[in-house]
Amino acid sequence: MSRITHRIRTARRSGFAPLAMLMASIALALAPAAWATTKPRASLTDIENDVMCTACREPLAVANSPEAESERNYIRGLIAQGLTKAQIEQNLVAQYGEAVLGKPPASGVNLTIYILPPAVLAVGIATLAVTLPRWRRRTRAAASQPSGALPPPLDPADAARLEHELSNFRG
Amino acid sequence: MRRVVIPAVAVVIAVGLLALLAFGVSAQGTNSSIDASVARGDYPQAPNYHLRLPILGASGTESLADFRGKVVVMNVFASWCQPCQAEAPILEQEQQRIVKNNATILGVTYLDNSSASEAFVQQNHITYPVIRDVNGNLVRGFGTTGVPETFVINRQGQIVALRRYQLAGDWLQQTVARVLDEHS
Repeated sequence: MSRITHRIRTARRSGFAPLAMLMASIALALAPAAWATTKPRASLTDIENDVMCTACREPLAVANSPEAESERNYIRGLIAQGLTKAQIEQNLVAQYGEAVLGKPPASGVNLTIYILPPAVLAVGIATLAVTLPRWRRRTRAAASQPSGALPPPLDPADAARLEHELSNFRG
Repeated sequence: MRRVVIPAVAVVIAVGLLALLAFGVSAQGTNSSIDASVARGDYPQAPNYHLRLPILGASGTESLADFRGKVVVMNVFASWCQPCQAEAPILEQEQQRIVKNNATILGVTYLDNSSASEAFVQQNHITYPVIRDVNGNLVRGFGTTGVPETFVINRQGQIVALRRYQLAGDWLQQTVARVLDEHS
C-alpha cells in the first residue's frame, strides 16, 4: 500500500500522474481479490463421504434435508477459509459432537467396532487351523483302513437262523 | 471334554454378540418415560439438572440449576429447522411477558453449528438465554430426538408440560400462566 502511494507521489512529480493513478486503481482493485482467494485444501465431496448428517443419521453425501444443507454450507465456509480436511473434521466435532464423524474415534464403547470384527476373524481362522487338520487326519485314517475288515461275529442264535435261511435259499 | 468346550465357546461368543446388538439397539431407541409421567401428573425431575453447557455467543457456562426458583421454558431448537423459525417470535413475545414474573425461556441449540445459531438469534431478536448442547448430553436425558421440543419446568425443577413438536402460542401462554399460578 505504502509502495503504491510512493509510486503515485513519484509519478505526480514526474508528470505521469494520470497514468500512475490508473495503474494504482487497477492494483488496488486486484489486490483484495488476490488476498481473498485462499487456495482450498479440501473438497466438499471428500468430506461429505466421511461425515454424518447428525439429525438424519445418514452419511452427509446422501442426506438431503435442511440440516444436511446447513451442515454443507458450514463446511463450504471452512473450505473457503483454507482449512485442511483434518481441521474441518475437528471443527465439525466441536460444533456437532463426535456423532458427526462417519468413523467414530477408537475409544470407549466405540473400541468394540474396531476390535470385534478382527477378533472374530482371528477366532474363526484359529478354529479352522485346529479343526481342519483333525478332519484330514480322520479322513485319511478312515481311507487307510482295509475295506474288507470283518464285521463282529454273529451270536449263535443269529448264526443258526442265517444258516437256516441260506439252506432254504440253496434248496 | 473337548467336544463340550468348542460349542460352549461358540455359544458364549454368539450370546455376547447378541447382547452387544441389543445394547446398540436400545441405545438408539426413544425414551418416552417422561411423556408418560407428565401425562399421569407424576412430574419427573428435570434430568441432567446440574450439567453445565456453553452459552451461545459468550464465554461461560450455564445449567438448569442456575435457574432454580424460576419457571423455565426450555426450547430445543436449530437454525435450519422451519418450525423452530416459526416458534421463535412466539417464544420471544412470551419471554417479554414472563420475565418480570420470575420465569424465563431458555433456548438450547442442538444439531446446529454456533455461527448459524448466532445468526438465528440475531435475526429473530431473541433476548432470552441460549446454551449449546453440542453432544446432546442435556437433551438426551429429556428423550429428545429432534427439534423443536419444548419442556416447561416448574420452580422445583420438575417437568410439568412438554411439546415434542411445534408449539402454539395459546398452549405456551396457558401452560406458563398455570405453572406460575401454582406457587404465586
